[in-house]
Amino acid sequence: MRLLSRKATCNTHGQDSSYFLGWEEYEKNPYDKVKNPNGIIQMGLAENQLSFDLLESWLAKNPDVSGFKRDGKSIFRELALFQDYHGLPLFKKALVDFMAEIRGNKVTFDPNHMVLTAGATSANETLMFCVAEEGDAFLLPTPYYPGFDRDLKWRTGVEIVPIQCTSSNNFRITESALEQAYQDARKRNLRVKGVLVTNPSNPLGTTLSRNEFDLLVDFIKDKETMHLISDEIYSGTVFSSPSFVSVMEILKEMTPNDAAKIWNRVHVVYSLSKDLGLPGFRVGAIYSENDAVVAAATKMSSFGLVSSQTQYLLAAMLSDNKFTKKYISENQKRLRRRQRMLVTGLQKAGIKCLKSNAGLFCWVDMRHLLCSNTFEAEMELWKKIVYQVGLNISPGSSCHCSEPGWFRVCFANMSQDTLNVAMKRVKNFVTDSTGAECGSSSACFTKSFSNWVFRLSSRDHRAPEER
Amino acid sequence: MGHMSKEQSQLLSKIATGNGHGEDSPYFDGWKAYDENPYHPTNNPHGVIQMGLAENQLTADLVEEWVMSNPEASICTPEGVTDFKAIANFQDYHGLPEFRKGVAKFMAKCRGNRVKFEAERIVMSGGATGAHEVTTFCLADPGDAFLVPTPYYPGFDRDLRWRTGVQLVPVTCESSNNFKLTKQALEDAYDKARQDNIRVKGLLITNPSNPLGTILDRATLRTIVKFINDKRIHLVCDEIYAATVFSHPGFISIAEILEEETDMECDRDLVHIVYSLSKDMGFPGFRVGIIYSYNDKVVQCARKMSSFGLVSSQTQHLLASMLNDDEFVGRFLAESAKRLGERYRVFTKGLGQVGIKCLPSNAGLFLWMDLRRLLKKATFEAEMELWRVIIHEVKINVSPGASFHCSEPGWFRVCYANMDDEAVKVSLQRIHTFVLKNKDVVVPDKKRCWQDSLRLSLIKNRRFDDIIMSPHSPIPHSPLVNATN
Repeated sequence: MRLLSRKATCNTHGQDSSYFLGWEEYEKNPYDKVKNPNGIIQMGLAENQLSFDLLESWLAKNPDVSGFKRDGKSIFRELALFQDYHGLPLFKKALVDFMAEIRGNKVTFDPNHMVLTAGATSANETLMFCVAEEGDAFLLPTPYYPGFDRDLKWRTGVEIVPIQCTSSNNFRITESALEQAYQDARKRNLRVKGVLVTNPSNPLGTTLSRNEFDLLVDFIKDKETMHLISDEIYSGTVFSSPSFVSVMEILKEMTPNDAAKIWNRVHVVYSLSKDLGLPGFRVGAIYSENDAVVAAATKMSSFGLVSSQTQYLLAAMLSDNKFTKKYISENQKRLRRRQRMLVTGLQKAGIKCLKSNAGLFCWVDMRHLLCSNTFEAEMELWKKIVYQVGLNISPGSSCHCSEPGWFRVCFANMSQDTLNVAMKRVKNFVTDSTGAECGSSSACFTKSFSNWVFRLSSRDHRAPEER
Repeated sequence: MGHMSKEQSQLLSKIATGNGHGEDSPYFDGWKAYDENPYHPTNNPHGVIQMGLAENQLTADLVEEWVMSNPEASICTPEGVTDFKAIANFQDYHGLPEFRKGVAKFMAKCRGNRVKFEAERIVMSGGATGAHEVTTFCLADPGDAFLVPTPYYPGFDRDLRWRTGVQLVPVTCESSNNFKLTKQALEDAYDKARQDNIRVKGLLITNPSNPLGTILDRATLRTIVKFINDKRIHLVCDEIYAATVFSHPGFISIAEILEEETDMECDRDLVHIVYSLSKDMGFPGFRVGIIYSYNDKVVQCARKMSSFGLVSSQTQHLLASMLNDDEFVGRFLAESAKRLGERYRVFTKGLGQVGIKCLPSNAGLFLWMDLRRLLKKATFEAEMELWRVIIHEVKINVSPGASFHCSEPGWFRVCYANMDDEAVKVSLQRIHTFVLKNKDVVVPDKKRCWQDSLRLSLIKNRRFDDIIMSPHSPIPHSPLVNATN
């Protein structure tokens, strides 16, 4: 009899992917301006480190919160005991208000429809457990966040079927791609339970267009058991037009007849890991108008509640409307500036990025640097970039991109100086390699490619949670 | 959850629409009664006293004092805010090294430093609730089963089964030998499972026991280790109440058996410990669950799964500081045991004064009360009836034995560490009044011929398999819940 479970011995957790391998290389040789100036610069980590000073200054002005006090009285005991899976009411209220504010107050959220979870990782898995089971599938537009392979599939037994998006139309979702994905799922005998989109998109950094929304709504409208999940974890990172449109806004704008058909099947996932830059605090949320989903998800949240200490701190912080207003706008400003820096820097090296208005990264077009239009060539280029150029960026194949040559490059997790160093290195690399010969990679070594990936992945990684 | 329309049941998963969460039990009446009418010494002195909640509130003052004296342990204070950025950013599922080290040290200290724990084997989870589910996901496939000695914590029905598809097979323990776990009972349960074509993957024990409050002696632990090795099944030891042992005999952890009983063959790959700070330190709100496995592959897998329930880095940072403060930890453990012991003595004495016996115990946050003589008949219906009386007339929320899958009616778990001394007095007074009033109703000790009718009633009353799921306290009157602004 096998000693461990099937789940324990398979690799559906997805950590053998190249996405996580770059981590290891970075961990072995991390860049430090003074101690290791030739080390690898981490650009594979979608973290927002640009606005910590704003949070720190808020803390300095609010000593009561830090001392577990309210009106001078200690509430430590109550906090330590508080494990109600309905969450701290003050915190949920503050969180829904914050979410509304990010959406320009064009929609409001009811705290009773919100479920708190330990990060968006847990939120996405919990939603899957609630709306799908083994033998079911969710359609996801490619490229998508590699972590979904673990979060949506691993312990739930649910499958992901890709909606292939291509550069020909800037990776927008098309009706034919949606249909094709649906047929692909049917061919595999999978029951399609819905579509999951990340909006703003990781790794594209773009926001869903109204046209894409129309397609999605039309797609699920009359399929009565299909859900639409919108992971809006990057909603606060939209820094330029077009402005962010949440799926909740779309619902609100629909005719009552149309809305009635789908309001019950639309769910939003959120988290404070990106917008506020607090991935360590593990604050995720599921929002749904479907009471049964909320009820089931609430009970499931027992497996990953948010620490009451953290709920309390953030309740106070997010209830400070003056602060949140200032934070949201300043954060967006800084992100815009930083994105500009990356785009311009890459431009100087003759490298284009997909036009983006959100996120903590750019979707970079390096197709012209490939020796051949293959994923092997992409891997070869990636290895060069990690080892020779010293930048950990994420290859498109790890995001299930259908075309080789695209890379996700993060810009918000480092200092300005470091970004400049990175840009210089890219420029030098491109200049040096112009006219250089490519290695023998014309043949399709698909098998040896995947072997290489798995060989590098035999052990437990120091892979932080990432997006 | 309410009535589910046919539409909803097709729209959602079976897991979501089923009742594997265990909360549809009729035993929720006790919670409802408390929620609607909670006791308060001045505002509501005749309200229901909550004694169904195994919380440890006796040492909160010690922890509070530590927190106030160590402002640098918080990332929000002026003294600690320089760490804010690094901590807020830290999401590595290995956890903060100092936190893991602190937990390993604390676990060792709870066991009198008779064993050491390796920090690298410490895996975080969303409370012990999360730890149990992850461990089950790692060790068993849907349809597999775990053996669990009865009576056991109702939450296991959800934690081990709900989303995993794993089953629980009870190992019956009886009052005739003080609910001790016997080799015979283990073998019987295992054989029965095999007969029913159920593949047993492991044995789950809680030591110290919830709801019994007793600890496993060395002989029983050895029997268990031999059993699981013979059958090649896993042993999961939930030691969540390790530091609540307040008197002799001393606690013996499975870790000690592994280290000391070297004459026994034991495959360490089969042994795993689940732990948490919720009971020993009284922080259920901070969600600190721990999986400690001697099996490297399980450590690796559980660590990857811990992504679904990591401990907030803010909390890790605070506790790293606290648990590495050796002087504080030593003082805390000693004082905690003292206060629990005192509370135990007061309560058992009070109950003894009206002839109510409890299973002799030396750990936990509760007593296993023997109210068999107060039952009209030796049936679970009678237990239910008595329970309703205790809730609605005596106005105390206690937990009936059936909710713990006890094989015999008449036992109740009553928690005593989640209230102050005043409330203890009030609850004892109420019990006294009730017992004295109903003296004539007490059923004298008849010949124990109810074992047969007991088995019949177990089969008849399958609804008693629905259990109380009450690991969470709504505490509706907590100022935290009422605050809106």
